[in-house]
Amino acid sequence: MLELVIFSTLNGVLYGMLLFLLASGLTLIFSMMGVLNFAHASFYMLGAYFGFQISQWLGFWVALVVAPVLVGLIGAAVERWGLRTVHKWGHVPELLFTFGLAFVVEELVQMIWGKLPVDYRVPPLLDFPAFELFGTTYPAFRMFMLLISVAIFLVLLMILTRSRIGLIIQAALTHPNMVAMLGHNVPKVFMMVFGFGSGLAAIAGVIAGPALVTQPSMAHVLGPILFVVVVFGGLGSLPGAFIASLLIGLIQTFAIAINYSLGDVLTAIGMARPMQGVLSDLWQVTVAQVGPVVPYLMLVLILVFRPTGLMGTRES
Amino acid sequence: MTTPASSATLSATRSLSAMDLLKRYGIWLVAAAVMLVLPKLFTSGAALTTMCLMGIMIVFSLSYNMLLGQTGMLSFGHAVYYGLGGFLAVHAMNGIAGGKLPIPLPVVPLVGGVMGLVFGVIFGAVSTRRAGTVFAMISLGLGELIASLSLILRGFFGGEEGITANRTKMLTLWGVRFGPQIEVYYLIAAWCFVCVIAMYAFTRTPLGRLCNAVRDNPERAEFIGYSTQMVRFITFCIAGFFAGIAGGLAAINFELMNAINVSGGQSGTVLLMAYIGGIGHFAGPILGAILVVLLQVFLSDLTGAWMLYFGLIFIAMVVFAPGGMAGLIMLHLPLAKRGNLHRILPWYGLMAIPAVLGLAGLIALIETAHHQLVKTATEGPAMKLFGLSYASNTVLPWLLALALIAAGLGLGRVWGPKFASAFSDAAHGSK
Repeated sequence: MLELVIFSTLNGVLYGMLLFLLASGLTLIFSMMGVLNFAHASFYMLGAYFGFQISQWLGFWVALVVAPVLVGLIGAAVERWGLRTVHKWGHVPELLFTFGLAFVVEELVQMIWGKLPVDYRVPPLLDFPAFELFGTTYPAFRMFMLLISVAIFLVLLMILTRSRIGLIIQAALTHPNMVAMLGHNVPKVFMMVFGFGSGLAAIAGVIAGPALVTQPSMAHVLGPILFVVVVFGGLGSLPGAFIASLLIGLIQTFAIAINYSLGDVLTAIGMARPMQGVLSDLWQVTVAQVGPVVPYLMLVLILVFRPTGLMGTRES
Repeated sequence: MTTPASSATLSATRSLSAMDLLKRYGIWLVAAAVMLVLPKLFTSGAALTTMCLMGIMIVFSLSYNMLLGQTGMLSFGHAVYYGLGGFLAVHAMNGIAGGKLPIPLPVVPLVGGVMGLVFGVIFGAVSTRRAGTVFAMISLGLGELIASLSLILRGFFGGEEGITANRTKMLTLWGVRFGPQIEVYYLIAAWCFVCVIAMYAFTRTPLGRLCNAVRDNPERAEFIGYSTQMVRFITFCIAGFFAGIAGGLAAINFELMNAINVSGGQSGTVLLMAYIGGIGHFAGPILGAILVVLLQVFLSDLTGAWMLYFGLIFIAMVVFAPGGMAGLIMLHLPLAKRGNLHRILPWYGLMAIPAVLGLAGLIALIETAHHQLVKTATEGPAMKLFGLSYASNTVLPWLLALALIAAGLGLGRVWGPKFASAFSDAAHGSK
């Protein structure tokens, strides 16, 4: 049991930190531009595929630097020549633009790299067990992922709270018009934040690619979960996104490890479990199977009872 | 959706001549006639299946536009009501056949509709309390919730393979057993016709008007004394009802329902249909449904990269024509009123040159890339496009495609502004 708790916590924190790498960019983009970016997970996927391709040619360490820069540039270009053009039509077309973009990116990835998962391997330098606990080893690459994501989290925190550009970004979050009045180039800040957020997503992609599976469906599997994180934490709130990321990471990891169903609970308290009827499955499914449903349930519940999310201050 | 002076119409109602009646209801007669005649013109099995699908999707996308176009609610989970309606219709068909109940097949879509309505009431109660982004996110959450549940509750949703039914095992009336597709077509056409009329009639009711008020200016609607939340809720329920009917029709048509029908992909498709057609006009989603079904059926035969074209068409629509196809058509209304349409026809002829060049280049680029990346490994680099045979791994076709795109863009940039000013002259200038 202790073994399960320790490993699930480690994996949960790791998954949560990866989610935060993505969610931080998404929530910054949302709070500045008011756009829920459906293509954000696509940038994560592009990061993974670029990382795979570049590490084939030049090795993993080059890929870790080059792939996020490339994806960041693509993100900035999307903002400059895509979103900014659509902006005049209003928020819904902006959102639909990113929706269409996610669609096109998935098709392009399928065309270029095929529909099957690619063989994106852990770099040999990190391909060893980090430590052994209760007879189970923990891979070093996972520790490396954790290290990278925590480091980026700290850097991000420093940039946002300590640097001049961070202050401008924070100001533009709440008072975009005033920031523009003061002579800052707000569209340029938007473009940079969009590119930077895409780059962060790509870093998550490069380091998650070898550990998880790099395949064309990875974007639309993760995309809705990201929305859950961002909305649950409160739109535009970085601390909220951080808490929600860890929470959802832990919940999902722990759910996978628990193999009990409602029927088992009934049996345990001495009741017969219903076996008939179309909904009899409701009693048979285990917590592990319900795991993927939990985030969406959380999303709906928080929006119904607290539409601003955990730490958010505004609804839209 | 323009507003005629309602008092004037009221007083004139009594003295309507036959001509006025024909003017007002003629379009419906034409639509009914077209629906009746279509299967006589396109008799092949494939055409019939396509038209059945169109009928279903027209109802579905119109029900979606009650939310997005008329009330301003962006939903990412509308397939929930379509899919659940469809699933209940399948179960109802099996139940009726098993219990030998005296219920004929044409009633079954109503079962789907009621299911859609029931879930519209349940989910609407939690999701329509807010508008805007919060509503969109709740609908996304509910959609994903049901989609993930559909893979878990195998008894109701049938898991990966879905639930099948047999539509011919129902009570037969007047010897119609709905075995052949043509009989199903007329059933779908009839339901589609009735639903379209009902949904159009809804836009003309005071509630339908209020929906537009809630979309355009919710504060003002509240100040006049209407609860915007109530308006959203009722509209949501009605939209769920019609989506459920569409699902029931789909269940009858395919005799199969599976998890794909409640998935986020289906919710995305209906959004694409309504938006490409044009959400600002009642007929828009109809056009969109027809176009998207045509694309799905024929484009997928023509090219392996059809999904990519589909996405690009959608993006192009969002960027260049946010009013959709209906919006593009309505742009010509002022010209037609002034009798100036003929003045821009030469311009269309001129603009067709860069359009054709650019599109040909883009298609050549995508097809060559698709062949090189996907098919070369199995079929070799030789390919055919526009009647030309060439190898996708040589440089020349790529350069030609890029040159065509550049030529199209360049000419478009030179002639575009002139075309735009000629267009606005014809729309607003003298006769």
